[in-house]
Amino acid sequence: MLAGSITEVAAALRTKRYSCVEMTRTLLDQIERLNPTLNAFITVDPESALADARRGDAAIAAGSAQPLTGIPIAHKDILATAAMRTTCGSKMLANYASPFDAHVADRLKRAGTVLVGKTNMDEFAMGSSSETSFFGPVRNPWNIAYVPGGSSGGSAAAVSARLVCGSTGTDTGGSIRQPASLSGICGLKPTYGICSRYGLVAFASSLDQAGPFAQTAEDLALLLNAMAGHDPRDSTSLDRPVEDYTRTLAAGRGVRPLSGVRIGLPREYFGAGIDAGVAAAIDEALTELRALGATTVDIALANVRLAVPVYYVIAPAEASSNLSRFDGVRYGHRAASYSDLNDMYEKTRAEGFGAEVKRRILVGTYVLSHGYYDAYYLKAQQVRRLIADDFRRAYQGCDVIAGPTAPTAAFRIGAKTDDPVEMYLNDIFTVAANLTGAPALSIPCGFDRNGLPVGLQLQGDAFTEAMLLDVAHRFQQATDWHKRAPTLAVEARSLPAEGAQ
Amino acid sequence: MNWEVVIGLETHAQLSTASKIFSGSSTAFGAAPNTHASAIDIALPGVLPVLNRGAVERAIRFGLAVGGKISKRSVFARKNYFYPDLPKGYQISQYEIPIVQGGALTIATGRGEKTVRLTRAHLEEDAGKSLHEDLRGMTGIDLNRAGTPLLEIVSEPDLRNAAEAVAYAKTLHALVKWIGICDGNMQEGSFRCDANVSVRPSGETKLGTRCEIKNLNSFRFLEQAIEFEVRRQIELIEDGGTVVQETRLFDPDRHETRSMRSKEDAHDYRYFPDPDLPPLVLDARWIERVAAELPELPEAMKSRFEDKYALPAYDARVLTSSRELAAYFEAVAADLPDRAKLAANWIMGELSAALHKANLEVVDCPVPASALAGLLRRIDDGTISGKTAKEVFDAIWERAARPAVHGAGNGAATRDALSADSIIAQRGLEQISDEGALERIVDEVLAANESVVAEYRSGRQKAFNSLVGKAMQATRGKANPAQVNAILKKKLGA
Repeated sequence: MLAGSITEVAAALRTKRYSCVEMTRTLLDQIERLNPTLNAFITVDPESALADARRGDAAIAAGSAQPLTGIPIAHKDILATAAMRTTCGSKMLANYASPFDAHVADRLKRAGTVLVGKTNMDEFAMGSSSETSFFGPVRNPWNIAYVPGGSSGGSAAAVSARLVCGSTGTDTGGSIRQPASLSGICGLKPTYGICSRYGLVAFASSLDQAGPFAQTAEDLALLLNAMAGHDPRDSTSLDRPVEDYTRTLAAGRGVRPLSGVRIGLPREYFGAGIDAGVAAAIDEALTELRALGATTVDIALANVRLAVPVYYVIAPAEASSNLSRFDGVRYGHRAASYSDLNDMYEKTRAEGFGAEVKRRILVGTYVLSHGYYDAYYLKAQQVRRLIADDFRRAYQGCDVIAGPTAPTAAFRIGAKTDDPVEMYLNDIFTVAANLTGAPALSIPCGFDRNGLPVGLQLQGDAFTEAMLLDVAHRFQQATDWHKRAPTLAVEARSLPAEGAQ
Repeated sequence: MNWEVVIGLETHAQLSTASKIFSGSSTAFGAAPNTHASAIDIALPGVLPVLNRGAVERAIRFGLAVGGKISKRSVFARKNYFYPDLPKGYQISQYEIPIVQGGALTIATGRGEKTVRLTRAHLEEDAGKSLHEDLRGMTGIDLNRAGTPLLEIVSEPDLRNAAEAVAYAKTLHALVKWIGICDGNMQEGSFRCDANVSVRPSGETKLGTRCEIKNLNSFRFLEQAIEFEVRRQIELIEDGGTVVQETRLFDPDRHETRSMRSKEDAHDYRYFPDPDLPPLVLDARWIERVAAELPELPEAMKSRFEDKYALPAYDARVLTSSRELAAYFEAVAADLPDRAKLAANWIMGELSAALHKANLEVVDCPVPASALAGLLRRIDDGTISGKTAKEVFDAIWERAARPAVHGAGNGAATRDALSADSIIAQRGLEQISDEGALERIVDEVLAANESVVAEYRSGRQKAFNSLVGKAMQATRGKANPAQVNAILKKKLGA
C-alpha cells in the first residue's frame, strides 16, 4: 500500500480498497522511517495531512470526489503555504509562516489533495544538487551517497521513494526536470505564464515556473490540470481558455501512435561531455520512439551553446533584486546584535544566506551595475532573443525536440560543490526552455552503468504541453522505465507497520 | 561677475486613487501605522504587483493636460537600494521609457508669461515612512504609505530664479488639482517638490554643478531654500571653491540647506525592467476617451474669460486659479449679464477675504452664487451704495455661516434669509436716490453749515468733502453719494 501512481491510488480510493486516512497514515509512517536518511522533507505535518485525508474520505463518501481527491502530495518549500512553514531551504526563513497560500498550492488543495509536508531544496532554488540547503543535503533514493538533483531535490526524492504520489517543484533553469531525471521520475515545466507565480518565492522572475512531479506522464497531466490557470494576482499569468492536458491520452492510436510526430535532434545536444551511459540510454529511447512511429530529424540550434552563460547573467541579476527584501526588517532572520542600520543589514544577510546564494547575489549585482549593465545584462537579454529565434525556426521543421535532460546521471554528494561552474554545467540542456519560456518535461528512459536513472527531455513550442505529455505517455505505454522504483522504496513495501503482524 | 541661476524642479504628486498602485490597500491618509499595508506592500515572500488602472488614467490625463506625448508603450523598472521604508529593497518606477514625455506649463512671472518645458512624467510607487522621534532611540517604520501611486513630474532646467520656481510649482499644483488627479494637500505630503539648483556666469551655456534640495513641503520653503542655495553657491565659487554635486536638505528653522551626510549620493540604482510587470501598452481609444473627458483647462479658460467677460489678464488668471473658483464666478456672472467685472472684483476682493478669514475653500463657501449675484444686482441698480453693500454682504455671510441661529432651515426660507433684498428691507438700507429728497437734504446741510460753505468758497477743496460727509451723515449713509456730489456741485455752482 505504498504510493502508487495517482491514477492507481485514485481508483483504489474510489473503490474503497483503502481510505484516504489509511493511506495517509501509512505514508506518514514511511516518511518517518525514511526521511532521516533521505532528508527529502523539511516539514511534515501529520495532523494537517490527516485533516485533509478526512476531508477526502468525506468527499468520496458524498460522491463528490475529484480526480485528485485524497491524493497525497508534497510542496517544494519555496511555495508559500499557510498550514506549514515556508523556509526555501534557508536559515533566512527557517521559521517563516506565510499568511497566505501560493496560488498553485491553493488550487491543489481545492482539487482535494492531501498535503503531507514541505520538501527540501537548494537554498532559494539556487542549485542543481539540493546540497546547499540550510537543512542539509537531500539524498537520492536510488543511492543515498548520491544527489537527487536540484533545486527541487526533495520533491523529486519524495516521489521517487514512493512517499507521496505527486509533488510540486519550481523550474528556473531545470530545477524540476533535472532532479526528475536524476531521481528516475517524471517532471514538467509548463509554458511560462501557465501556472501562477503568486506565492512562489521569487528566484528569477522571468524564468521561474511551478510544475508537477509524478511517476507517470498521465499523472503529470492530472496535476497540471489542477495547477494551471489564470491568476489575476500575477501580472505575468496568461488568460487563456482552460485546457484538459489529459484530453488525448485515453485514445488508442494503434501500434504506431506517434506517426507523424517529428522529433528534432539538435546536434548541440549530442556532443562531447555526455556520459556514455546516458548517451546509450537516450539512443535506445530514440529507437523506441521511432518504433512508435515518430521520425527524427537533425536540427541546429546555433546559439544554444550560449544558453548557460546567458542564464547565469540573467538569473542572478533578477535574483539579486528579488532577494533584497530579506533584510531582517519585517520578517525572517535578523542578526541578534548590531550597531546601526548597515551593520544590521550586513550581519543579517551574512548570517541568513548560504555561500551559493551570496555568490549569485554578487554576480547579479555586478551585471546590473553602472558601466556593466550594457555589456552583461542587456547583452544577455539580446542573446536570449537569438536563442528563442533559433527554437522558433527549428519548430517549423519538427514538433518536439528531444535529448538528454542532463549530461550525466546522479553524482556523489560533495563531488561538484567545490566548482560552481562545473555544477552550473548540469543545466546545459535545460536552461534554454526557461530562457524561451517554452514547455519541457523529463521522463525516465534507462540507467547508466552505475544503475542510476537517466532522463529523456522532450521540449516543445509554447503551449504544446498536451502534445509533449502525449508523446511521453505513448512511450510509457510501450516501456516500463517509469515503473522502476528504488530498492529503498521497494524494501519499505515489505516492512511491516509498527505493531502489525 | 554676473551670475545666471538655473533651476529645475522634480515634483512628486500623489495620485488620487482609492487604492495603491500595485496593491488593493487603501491610500487614505492618517490611519494607524501599518494598518493599510497588505502582504504585497510589506513585500512578503511570493507576492507580486498588479497595476492600478486608475493610476494610469491619471497619468494619461496629466500628459494630455500639459500637451505631452503619451507613450503608447512604457516600461516599469526596478530602482534598487536598501532602506527600511522600502520593503522590497527596490522601488517600482519607470526609467528609460516613461508614460509621458515632454509637455509644457505656462507661468506668470514679473516680466509676463513664460513657458516652462517638461522633460517627462512617470509612474512610480511611494516608500513608507520612517519615524525617528518618541521611540527611545529606535526608528519606527510605517508602511501605510508604501505603494501609494506617485506621478513624478520633471521640468527642464528652464527656471531662472526662486520666484519663477514658486510660480511653476503653484501652477503645477493648481493644474493637478484642476484635472482631478491629485488632492494637492501639501501638509499630508500629496505634493512634494525637490529643486535642482546650479549657477553659471551670465552668457555661459554649459550648466554648472547642481545640488538637489529635498524636504520642501511648502511654497515658502521652496523659495527660501532656493534663495539660500543660490547665495551659498555663488559665495562658494567667488571664494575660489567648487560646488560639489550632492543632495541637500532644507532646514526650515534656520532657513538654510545642509548636505545630507548619508552615502545616498553614491547610489547606483541598477535599474532594469521589472520582469513582474509586462510593458504598459495603451489602447489609442482609451487615450481618446480620457482626452474627451478632460475638463476645460486653466489656460483655455483664462483666455475664454478674457474674451467672453472682457476681463483683464490678471483677473482671468486669479479667477481660474481653481475650478471651484472659476465655477463660482461663472455662476455669479451668469446671473449678472454684462457686469462680469463687478462680479470679478467682489469675488477677488470681499469674498476671497471672507473665505480666507474663515479658513474656507471656495467649495465650502457658505454664500451661494445666487445670493452674491442678488447683492451685486442691487449695487448695479443703485438700490444700495458700494459701502452699504459690504454691510449687506457681511450679514449674508453671517446668516449663511450659521443657519440654525438665523432660522434659515428649509430651501425657500434659506434663500430668502440669504437674499440681499431681505436684509436691505429689514434694515432699511435702501439708498436714497430720489432727486427731490436729496435736494432738500443738501439744502438743509448747506443752511446748517454756512461756515463750511464759506471755507469752500474761499478755495478749500476739503470743505466740499466735508459737506458731502455731512449729507451722508444726515441720511445715515443712505444717500446715493454720486447724486449728492452732483447736487452739491450744482448748488455751489462748482
